[in-house]
Amino acid sequence: MHFNPARRQVLQFLSACGVSLALPAMTARAAARRRDERPKSLITLWMNGGMSQLETWDPHPGTKSGGEVRDIATTNKDVRISELLPQMAEQLHSCMLIRSLTSREGDHERGAAFVKTGYRPEPTLKYPTLGAIAAHELPNPELEIPQYVTLAPDRIVPEGGYLGNQWDAFRVFQPGMGLSNLKSYVSPERQADRLQGLNVVSQQFEQRRQFGAKRTLHQNTLDRALEMMSSEQLKAFELDTESAGVKAAYGDTSFGRGCLVARRLVEVGVRSIEVTLPGFDTHVANHSGHVTNCKILDPAIATLIHELRDRDLLDSTIVLCISEFGRTPSINPAAGRDHWPNWFSCMIAGGGFRESTVIGATPTDVFEGKKADGKLVLPAEPVLVPELYATIMATMGIDFRKEIVTPIGRPIRFADALPSAYLLKEDVASRVIRG
Amino acid sequence: MRAVVIVFALLIVALVLKAVQVAGRVDQLSGSPAAVADDRQLGAAVARLNEQFHKQWKAENVQVVDTVDDFSVLRRLSLAMFGTVPSLEDIRAFEADDQSNKIDRWVVKMLQDSRYSDYFAERLARSLVGVEEGPFIVFRRDRMTAWLAEQLHKDASWSQMTKELIDAEGLWTDRPAANFITVARIEDEGLDVNKLAGRTVRTFLGQRIDCAQCHDHPFDPAWKQADFEGLAAFYCQAALSPGGVTDYKTGEDKQEVVYQVVDPGAETGRFVPSAVPFHPEWLPADGGLRHRLAEWVTHKDNRRFERAIANRIWGFMLGKPLHEPVDDLPHPVEGETDALDILGQEFRARGDRLSVLIRMVAMSDVFRLSSESSADNEETYTKQVQAWSVFPLVRLRPEQVIGSLFQAGHVRSIDQNSNPFVRVTKFGNENDFLNEYGDLGDEELLQQVGTIPQALLRMNGRFTAEQSKVDGLSAAAQFINFSPDNAALIDNCYLACLCRHPAVDERAYFLNLLESTTEAAAEKRKANPEIPAASPESIPMRTRAQVVEDLVWTLYNSPEFSWNH
Repeated sequence: MHFNPARRQVLQFLSACGVSLALPAMTARAAARRRDERPKSLITLWMNGGMSQLETWDPHPGTKSGGEVRDIATTNKDVRISELLPQMAEQLHSCMLIRSLTSREGDHERGAAFVKTGYRPEPTLKYPTLGAIAAHELPNPELEIPQYVTLAPDRIVPEGGYLGNQWDAFRVFQPGMGLSNLKSYVSPERQADRLQGLNVVSQQFEQRRQFGAKRTLHQNTLDRALEMMSSEQLKAFELDTESAGVKAAYGDTSFGRGCLVARRLVEVGVRSIEVTLPGFDTHVANHSGHVTNCKILDPAIATLIHELRDRDLLDSTIVLCISEFGRTPSINPAAGRDHWPNWFSCMIAGGGFRESTVIGATPTDVFEGKKADGKLVLPAEPVLVPELYATIMATMGIDFRKEIVTPIGRPIRFADALPSAYLLKEDVASRVIRG
Repeated sequence: MRAVVIVFALLIVALVLKAVQVAGRVDQLSGSPAAVADDRQLGAAVARLNEQFHKQWKAENVQVVDTVDDFSVLRRLSLAMFGTVPSLEDIRAFEADDQSNKIDRWVVKMLQDSRYSDYFAERLARSLVGVEEGPFIVFRRDRMTAWLAEQLHKDASWSQMTKELIDAEGLWTDRPAANFITVARIEDEGLDVNKLAGRTVRTFLGQRIDCAQCHDHPFDPAWKQADFEGLAAFYCQAALSPGGVTDYKTGEDKQEVVYQVVDPGAETGRFVPSAVPFHPEWLPADGGLRHRLAEWVTHKDNRRFERAIANRIWGFMLGKPLHEPVDDLPHPVEGETDALDILGQEFRARGDRLSVLIRMVAMSDVFRLSSESSADNEETYTKQVQAWSVFPLVRLRPEQVIGSLFQAGHVRSIDQNSNPFVRVTKFGNENDFLNEYGDLGDEELLQQVGTIPQALLRMNGRFTAEQSKVDGLSAAAQFINFSPDNAALIDNCYLACLCRHPAVDERAYFLNLLESTTEAAAEKRKANPEIPAASPESIPMRTRAQVVEDLVWTLYNSPEFSWNH
């Protein structure tokens, strides 16, 4: 468990000279493998605040609930989406739209907890996010950087929950603009001295605490942090080698850079990546809020899907664009739409999911809240979030039925539902579900 | 234009004043701290507690480790009660104290320090209202923690506090205990009685019946769904009115407000009367529903009440509760007395004050055990950990890490007497650090390991850089300026960061570095001009300041710094 200071010194020195003894990062490139051999990655594009389905994936122009938005034709002749997403309209042949998601959580924190984990939040147990489960179940042994990364996150960390906080997502606050805390603030020689001194102090502590100290994983965590500091794979977080054209295509925004970094992370084999776009909580001026946000979202997501497909990575990468809930069909006096978990939409592309497909629809004549008979307005045939996640797990090769005995002694399954074959391409469904 | 500038400037001043006020919230504590009672009888109870553990160790035939020195006890106490390592100022005062009964006297002194009431209030608040942002406007965490701090400062009765929380009425700003109720508000739906019932049982009775909300408890046959529903019914009349939390005994239809559960698929609700799962005779006949529930929860014969808080305080003090999870205690067994009962009985006998539990835990033999073990295999060590015959190694909480980093970077104690700038800086630093380091939420007593981002933050973050810098009045600069020699310099660094003296090997290692600095070489050349100056090609020597900064960095990053041991 002790690190060897001599080795560290050498590594630090070499790394300072620009030489790394670590495996060349790009040998781990997912792209270098044949399509069916590639482990899958998951990119979740998190529309923070609750994206309106009516201004994006499921517009209803000309109806009472439609608002100001118009719809446009897409590469699927039967499907029209919001005019605010013109570039995505060109990519729709690669995508599936689910227009019948439903949730019972209308509060941001609770809604996000449910949609990120597939379990309704409860006070006695923290569930892991889908991304954490993927990283936990399919760790890439060649990675020296974290298996689970969140780009431009809000203050809530996507968590490992009962799997342990070592599965929390690694947060990158300003994607493509450098990483915090990865460079020592002293010279490599001084850093080597410090590590040697640390070895002296650590040994003193561990002398008569060999079993206890081992359980703390302190040294192990430190070693992995040091390995990461000198890893070539960190280049995946940098955008210097990307052309100006590519960067411009994603958009000169934090979210755009996040999506580009996400593609690069997929290429080095990072298992789960989340990119957050904030600003969807449009209780006031919903339409203009979505105009602003879609200008950021549309080029980034369309370029991401386009690039993944061009690089033959789309079959091994799932891109999921989702938020904690949707927004009400009615428009409030402040020209905003409020939270509406009953019926909302998401977009999913790649990874074996059906393409050029729409599932469900938000009805045109429905208003939020309750009908006259007191029942909630809900989709007749909803796609349940746990069902969607079981399907994603199945296609990634994760045993969605697996039970983990949680810290409170309760065994919990990774997914609280069964996967649905109808969400997947026929051949994929036969292989991962029926087969 | 000028007026705008003046208004703007005034606004800035107001904001700064507010920040100082928030950072120095402890100043608001009214009155002097309560006197702590004579401890002779407490000694007898501590002896009973110790006897309980010694009997267990003997019965289980586990090896009991040695005890630690007083410095280690002081570090444990300071981390538990103030959330920081002890300041060098405190360490020196502690060292100079040669009167008898030192530890208990120091615990009493610490109980009267606002650093204790402030820090413990934050920790208690987690179990009472969680760590979520909570509902907009109607929930004020700051008011809740300020109220808790005041109660702790007064050494108020936990039973009384519990009653005020469960039966709180009024505005969340004016009557801070009401935030216990308002935090359960769900948008458009009113108060979540299930959340309130679950939290009441978890926090005040140390048990989990949350899953009985939907079905009988799968592992504990004692908890039925009807028990949960009956408890939830006690909150059915609680509501939020313009005047704050209140109870509506009758509704708009003049009918009595009753609790109705709508089963899945059912068209209409099912009436559920308020009922307690055991000992209904403890329920008073009169009073509102919440008042009756509060009286039942805190009833003098309700062992669960004292066992729950004893387990939580044990967890706060040692980093690990006696029973895990902290709020999933087994049912008390008739006729059997365990360590929690011994703690609980004394707590009840002395006015239900948390200070009694804190002092008993601090004086117990377990609290003084070493975390070092001579166990030669994992199994033996595991047995020791399970039997508490070794002090548990527990990762410091995030605010303990930043609190300790900040305290170790200052020679004097950072408390309400520190200058406002120091307190504002600490407040800003704490929030930034917690944001990056990650908070454990209300699962704070769950045992977790550290993460890579945390290791990176400790190694390369600005907090470490700032606090280890030899600059102006920083602790490192003062150590250099005021230590009579290199050995004392190393000693001061070790005491401030790790609250111990360096071991022989460690001292020798760092002495060697300090004797090879540019300043030391210059001194030697001055004494003996024949010594040649270092050639430009040789490895550059460190300055004295650099060696001290490196030493402090090393201590900050050692496992010893970020684990309670």
